[in-house]
Amino acid sequence: MPRKLPEYNASSLADIAFMLLIFFLVTTTMDIDSGLERRLPQWVDPDDIEDTPPIKERNVFVVLVDRNNRLLVEGELTRVEDLKEKTKEFLTNPSDNANLPEKEIKEIPFFGPYQVLTKSAVVSLQNDVGTTYGTYISVQNELIAAINELREDLSKRKFGKSYNDLNTDQQDAIKEIYPQKISEAEPKKIGGR
Amino acid sequence: MSKFRKDDKKETPGISTSALPDIVFMLLFFFMVSTTMRETTLKVSITLPKATEISKLEKKSLVSYIYVGPPTNQYVSQLGNEPRIQLDDQFSNVNDIIDFIESERQAREEQERKQMITSLKVDEYTKMGIVTKIKQELRKAAALHINYSTLKGVER
Repeated sequence: MPRKLPEYNASSLADIAFMLLIFFLVTTTMDIDSGLERRLPQWVDPDDIEDTPPIKERNVFVVLVDRNNRLLVEGELTRVEDLKEKTKEFLTNPSDNANLPEKEIKEIPFFGPYQVLTKSAVVSLQNDVGTTYGTYISVQNELIAAINELREDLSKRKFGKSYNDLNTDQQDAIKEIYPQKISEAEPKKIGGR
Repeated sequence: MSKFRKDDKKETPGISTSALPDIVFMLLFFFMVSTTMRETTLKVSITLPKATEISKLEKKSLVSYIYVGPPTNQYVSQLGNEPRIQLDDQFSNVNDIIDFIESERQAREEQERKQMITSLKVDEYTKMGIVTKIKQELRKAAALHINYSTLKGVER
């Protein structure tokens, strides 16, 4: 008959495991990074810029943040809270106002011929060297919020579902109607000596 | 003495702790799986701005980080209070960004390079001048997909 092995004392195993646990708690992070996703335009040589055709003024929505973090929308002093409504008005042009962008008929999957803004219609976000980053981000946030709300609205009306629940083709169709066209212009000296 | 009464010294048995390591190991594995290692020590202090229209960065392996903010207390005496750029573990200049992006690219698999995202972690009170310079450098380096890192919440 084999001899019975003596049982070893496992009470310090817990201590070792606790030590490992605390090590991992300290050295790792759990936060999921999130933020405003944007795409920068391609780099163009400053010498080539001359060739771009001029865009009609009614097709550009100028949002300008100066060095004192004041917001000018199309030359008018505006509060950040009002920016979203103004952006939506620009992007839809509900009353065919002559100061708001032109529209054209375009064939869109799921929708058929649909009135969309011309390709050249763009939201131009300009800032000064002295603008605070926080303000800049809250302005960008409002612009993106306006586009997201329009997409959500359209999605509810057409498909009866939230935009996030649509499949890729349907999302693409809506993206074609409301593209996220925000141009972040080169900095200029605005407001101040 | 009654014959049914056993000896008076009745002891409560000690609680068995043999399952404690199992429980702690379970916790340990949970944290090992659900968290990620902190790769860099921050040398700049950053308070992220808040935004509502945010999207999550899904694949951490594809993200490279650029930190911008005023140096933390221990570096203030050498560098002052002006916002600085931090790449990896050191303070850098705007001109280093192209090299940084290039080396980040080399570290990734060929087919993953197109999906790379640059996350800008910038302090709320930084002036846009430095951010614009960084953006221009990123355009030159053709790292066009960026993410302005923000917290979720209603802006002031």
